[in-house]
Amino acid sequence: MLKKYFGDYGGMFVPETLVAPLKEVEQAFIAIQDDDVFQRELQDLLVNYAGRSTPLTHAKNLSKIAGCNIYLKREDLLHGGAHKTNNTLGQALLAKRMGKTRIIAETGAGQHGVATAMAGALLGIPVDVYMGSIDVARQAMNVERMKLFGATVHSVDSGSATLKDAINDALRDWVTNVENTYYCFGTAAGPYPFPSLVAYMQRVIGVEAREQILEMAGALPDAAFACVGGGSNAIGLFSGFLEDDTVQLFGAEAAGEGLSSHKHAATLLKGDLGVFHGMLSKFVQDADGQIAQTHSVSAGLDYPGIGPEHVLLQEKERVTYLGVTDEEALNAFELIAKQEGILAAFESCHAVALAMREAKRFSKDANLLINVSGRGDKDLESYVRLRGAV
Amino acid sequence: MNRFQQLFSDVNKKAFVPFFMLGDPSVDESFELIKAAIDAGADALELGFPFSDPMADGPVIQASAERAIKAGCDYDSCIALLKKIRAYADLPIGLLLYYNLLYRRHDAYQELARVGVDAVLVADMPKEESKEHEAMLAQHGLGCIHLVAPNTPKARAAEIMSRATAFAYVIGRYGTTGVSDRLADDLADRIQGLKALSDCPLVVGFGVSSSEDVQAIFDAGGRGAIIGSAITKIIEKNCGNILEAKKSITTLVESCVKTGE
Ligand SMILES: Cc1ncc(COP(=O)(O)O)c(C=O)c1O
Repeated sequence: MLKKYFGDYGGMFVPETLVAPLKEVEQAFIAIQDDDVFQRELQDLLVNYAGRSTPLTHAKNLSKIAGCNIYLKREDLLHGGAHKTNNTLGQALLAKRMGKTRIIAETGAGQHGVATAMAGALLGIPVDVYMGSIDVARQAMNVERMKLFGATVHSVDSGSATLKDAINDALRDWVTNVENTYYCFGTAAGPYPFPSLVAYMQRVIGVEAREQILEMAGALPDAAFACVGGGSNAIGLFSGFLEDDTVQLFGAEAAGEGLSSHKHAATLLKGDLGVFHGMLSKFVQDADGQIAQTHSVSAGLDYPGIGPEHVLLQEKERVTYLGVTDEEALNAFELIAKQEGILAAFESCHAVALAMREAKRFSKDANLLINVSGRGDKDLESYVRLRGAV
Repeated sequence: MNRFQQLFSDVNKKAFVPFFMLGDPSVDESFELIKAAIDAGADALELGFPFSDPMADGPVIQASAERAIKAGCDYDSCIALLKKIRAYADLPIGLLLYYNLLYRRHDAYQELARVGVDAVLVADMPKEESKEHEAMLAQHGLGCIHLVAPNTPKARAAEIMSRATAFAYVIGRYGTTGVSDRLADDLADRIQGLKALSDCPLVVGFGVSSSEDVQAIFDAGGRGAIIGSAITKIIEKNCGNILEAKKSITTLVESCVKTGE
């Protein structure tokens, strides 16, 4: 579970001051993998605090519309409201074990910030969260949640004032406070060992979903769908099926106002190889290598980079990555609410939209699995602003 | 021998090295300001290429990169500026940049050598990732500058210094670039400890703000001192008044250079 490179991608491209703390995380991560005490403690938190396992729902009304069986993996029902909790409970326990007395995190949609603040409150470790000022405005409810959990939220104004800038400022905090601070990275990206570490914590999504669909549908899914921001919920889901050649895997990237509009965050589809945020991966950038300002209606997908493992999975053609526009995601937000009574996060709605679009290509007894990575309460305000009162 | 090796070949030479972001506040004015530092006696230059996301830099240099980019200073402009600086003076020139800019540029190393750059420091490239980069530098006669951090263990520091063919850039403190009231308390001890490991010239930067700091670094055994944010702050304060900026930069550089004599 510990890879420095995925094919040619990944690595640890950081300033020298961050090498020592990253190696410390690496060593701690290696140690906990066979540590029964740690594993039991994490398992206890995942089950008795966070509410795992999350259900698999056979979405009968969506299935009728899709013309095949739609199954929803319900990470929206996890405590905290998104898959992010899987990762933050694991990393916060790791931080505690490493003797760190302070945790920092970046956040886009606010879900990772909320999940980190929650874990910090639970374990008694102070948390500082960096969040772009645009995201602070569009995910205001999550800011209040973080504050209630006792975290300090730093609004970041530089650059595009979104997720990439929040990561920049979290990294700047870390180089300043390396000795006592743990950086709880929110997605399966960034410098080694974070892509492996976060994927390890999120693999529970795929493990559970695999068992559940085998039990419920009596078969592996024909296809599985997840949205990709930095790539953590997707890698978590996919990891359950990577070895099953019959399971087609699909990643939904944020196509914003359209893939040809320059207002998107479709890194795998439109980005180029580069080195940024600690990794050799794909980035949306200009010819000189200046990182571009991306756009997505969903703050959690509004990031110009992508975890390195996804670049390899795309190259190997194991996963098909396709764009979903803001418009399509908002339509899916309405659809899944009206049809299933589920308020799904804008991020997750990209996966829902992609599955409903691709469903045409499958026969009527096909089983499609969608990861509903989070719940949509945080997006209701934005929805009303964009589409008017319900 | 490259110009940095020449500079440090005199073991008594103490070098003051001002840092400038190329293109701040504009491409033309940037040249004027750098010229002022050269005229004031700077021993070498450390020059930055503006990058959209300078994650190792504090607010002052972030704002500087932003001004340069806004003023239209792209990679080609940086190359043109370097040519102009090289035509004006023969002092050693080191670059400090983020790897993505080099990674994306076709024949980057060849081009940098051609315009008269002497050495390159990549802010976000530790030794684990730098084999190919070092080979490219060597192939084109460019010197290698590597960072040594406050938390770099001894054995690692020794290896880094053995690979730094121009000099080792000693990060003066935990944190990003920026102005600070005083140097870190343990800096002198760190310099002594590193000197015991290698003959590689040690140049200190990050948090170095005044001629007093420069003096303290030289006294502790540093071969060079870099001031970046304090100079950049002068530019920030005098954006509309380039003559005033030149005057202040001249005064600061002169006082620092005098320290080393
Ligand atoms: C609900 C939800 N889904 C998905 C994402 C995207 O992140 P990742 O690609 O790491 O799963 C986010 C990020 O904030 C999120 O909040």
